[in-house]
Amino acid sequence: MFYGVDLTSRLMLGTAQYPSPAVLLEAIEASGAEIITVSLRREGAAGAAFRNILSESRCRLLPNTAGCHTAREAVTTARMAREVFGTSWIKLEVIGHADTLQPDPFALVEAARVLCAEGFEVFPYTTEDLIVGEKLLEAGCKVLMPWGAPIGSGQGLRNPEGLRTMRAHFAGIPLVVDAGIGAPSQAAQAMEMGLDAILLNTAVAKAVDPAVMARAFGRAIQAGREAFEAGVMPRRDMACASTPVFGLAELA
Amino acid sequence: MRIDLNGEVIKTQARTLADLLIEQGFEAPCVATALNGDFIARSMRDATRLDEGMKIEVLSPMQGG
Repeated sequence: MFYGVDLTSRLMLGTAQYPSPAVLLEAIEASGAEIITVSLRREGAAGAAFRNILSESRCRLLPNTAGCHTAREAVTTARMAREVFGTSWIKLEVIGHADTLQPDPFALVEAARVLCAEGFEVFPYTTEDLIVGEKLLEAGCKVLMPWGAPIGSGQGLRNPEGLRTMRAHFAGIPLVVDAGIGAPSQAAQAMEMGLDAILLNTAVAKAVDPAVMARAFGRAIQAGREAFEAGVMPRRDMACASTPVFGLAELA
Repeated sequence: MRIDLNGEVIKTQARTLADLLIEQGFEAPCVATALNGDFIARSMRDATRLDEGMKIEVLSPMQGG
């Protein structure tokens, strides 16, 4: 599914904002996720506890470049992450605006070119723009991660038609909806449209019970995927009786 | 000399990046380093000499989304 790695779960889980390391670990377990995202920061008080979690969870790590606003910052962060985490995977974020946290597509493509050339396997956080997607593929990305809505907003799929178009345009390229998902129904909606996976963090971490919410997301994503594979019926404008008219009694 | 380490100006006796990590008590295998915005690989820390006013970042694995 991603750079030659096959996975059972289509949920990728962020590790930030949980009430405690123990709750984070429970949520990872309950979600069934096989990929978790991590970051690099100046060492804080909880640093050692977090490193223990990384070794306890058997998940594959996807380091991010969160907080980077220029291609140069993102490239440096990616190089640092590859050394510390021992993986060439990088979730490439280059933020264009502090309020919307919208990706800067120009700097994103620039950073993706540099990193792909250095052998990184890049997961770019992008918009649903088709041309930006094409430039990212040209740069060497083999996955695209369009946003659902602004990071942490929980708005769900702001532009479902745009994502549907993206799905059709990039047939065969793994597409991950990254950011903005607030409820399992929104994740299921994306999966029913044929998107390949969901990356989320806040919706689980900020739930009243993160572990139960993580399980709910895992199930919704699985259900949405099965619905896509089964083929969702086409929508109709008019009613169409499901019970046969043939054999109907005359009782009037 | 004075350098900027993770956003704070400190005085150091260290001559190289590798010495600085030891002096400041970092677990060298668990951190990644950058100097003036450029990545410095683990294997280059010994050979990386420090100068007055350099900006050093020493980063560790943390939670992320």
